[in-house]
Amino acid sequence: MAELFIFFEQIYRILFLLIPVLVSVAMIVWLDRRVWAFVQKRRGPNVVGPFGLFQTLADALKYIFKEIIIPASSNKVIFILAPIVTMTLALIAWAVIPFSETFVLADINVGILYLFAVSSLGVYGIIMGGWASNSKYPFLGAIRSAAQMVSYEVSIGVIIINVLLCVGSLNLSDIVLAQKDLWFVIPLFPMFIIFFISALAETNRPPFDLPEAEAELVAGYQTEYSGMMYAMFWLGEYANILLMCAMGSILFLGGWLSPIDLFPFNVIPAPIWLILKILFLFILFALIKAIVPRYRYDQLMKLGWKIFLPFSLIYVVLTASFLMYFDLLPGN
Amino acid sequence: MIAHAIVFYIFSLIAIVSAIMVTVSKNTVNSVFFLILDFISISCLFIMIGAEFLGMIMLIVYVGAVAVLFLFVVMMLNVAQQKNEWFNSSGRSSHIPVGLLVSIIIFFELIIVIGGWKYKPELLDSIAIEINTDLTNTQSLGSVIYTDYIHLFQLSGMVLLVAMIGAIVLTFRQRSGVKRQSYFKQISRDRKDGIELVDVENNKGVKIDA
Repeated sequence: MAELFIFFEQIYRILFLLIPVLVSVAMIVWLDRRVWAFVQKRRGPNVVGPFGLFQTLADALKYIFKEIIIPASSNKVIFILAPIVTMTLALIAWAVIPFSETFVLADINVGILYLFAVSSLGVYGIIMGGWASNSKYPFLGAIRSAAQMVSYEVSIGVIIINVLLCVGSLNLSDIVLAQKDLWFVIPLFPMFIIFFISALAETNRPPFDLPEAEAELVAGYQTEYSGMMYAMFWLGEYANILLMCAMGSILFLGGWLSPIDLFPFNVIPAPIWLILKILFLFILFALIKAIVPRYRYDQLMKLGWKIFLPFSLIYVVLTASFLMYFDLLPGN
Repeated sequence: MIAHAIVFYIFSLIAIVSAIMVTVSKNTVNSVFFLILDFISISCLFIMIGAEFLGMIMLIVYVGAVAVLFLFVVMMLNVAQQKNEWFNSSGRSSHIPVGLLVSIIIFFELIIVIGGWKYKPELLDSIAIEINTDLTNTQSLGSVIYTDYIHLFQLSGMVLLVAMIGAIVLTFRQRSGVKRQSYFKQISRDRKDGIELVDVENNKGVKIDA
């Protein structure tokens, strides 16, 4: 009986995390379109609900009632699996995100590795979708994104090593608590910039949205998808973007910590701070979508391998020597 | 404890079945997907025995990078849609003797490894190094690899470096006629390099030295 109780309690906790995440994904799509519109001096979605807030829900409703078309020459099992994989991977990563000192679903020892692993698995949804469609444009999009995401994962990995050198633990809560006095964005500012740009490439956001570059590839790997399956790709993509923003705020912006430990700031509950930081990073994402033109593919690869990777490796050496010289290494 | 055992058997069943499917499945891309499933269930088994660092590294390195490149290559080779005719062919294939030899050698090696546990039971209890159970396994792995086994670690790094350079040298080819973009050249251009104003005489034209 007791086991059953624990089981249902866990399910309740998972739902308590997942439903807000899904709702905020819907809101964030609205915010993205809204920011994009304001940069271009348009109004953006403003009809459904107050300020157009329910626009995404209306869109989702439309997708649900649309017919799902499965191409006759596709590999049906993999074609259906692809959006499910994307969506699942985007959601399971939220299990380790700490919203406050106590509010975390799974406080595991290797939290940051788990996040990194799940975000590196994200490429499978895209490859599976692109290949199973058995059509030219999706396949080209899938090939592009495989190369792109693997390349930028490498530099994200090296950036994470930089942060870990300063923390001495792979646990996400420890990473946040290590920033109590100084957020890592200050000593590791160049790494923060590179992390941000790599996160753009990792989530296939503009200016690195080559896998779905509409001018060349129709809609890339999503070309053959319709109805709810398309919506799942789309939800998964935005959940991934939010996850990258959460990862950035935990690694560099002090997670749930308030900027100053003084009266008006420290009464605001911890999860609110994390949400504010995620929103800040997301608005930067949205602004960059609006103001930067798309990269060419060879420039993208050059940026990843010839600039970001060597630079972040050099920064690892610098960070390590600095910590060693001033005897600041954690754990001794 | 029972739940633990059930989960263990589920993961090992998935691992074994997908390992078999890798070799049996006729579509090459499906084989790679089964390989990925195999890697994932193996890393779940690692996590179950408490080796969470190894499990995660397995996911990141094998599933996140190696298998993606496998998939990439298999898809690019365009063997994806055509059926693997190896098992269907009625005629004799020249690959069979070589494959048979390799698999027989691997089979005997496996027998030797598994048999070692029978003919020398004390092998299991012997451990190479004392394990400090207070530390998390990330910390203890780090302290063992970077202190006691530093030379072996660097040696394996060198082997990988040599392999990497070898692969690059083997596949590198200089193609002629490729237009390369030099950012520095582009940025440092100014009006004088790009534009020349010439007074053209009537019916004479102008000679351009390109």
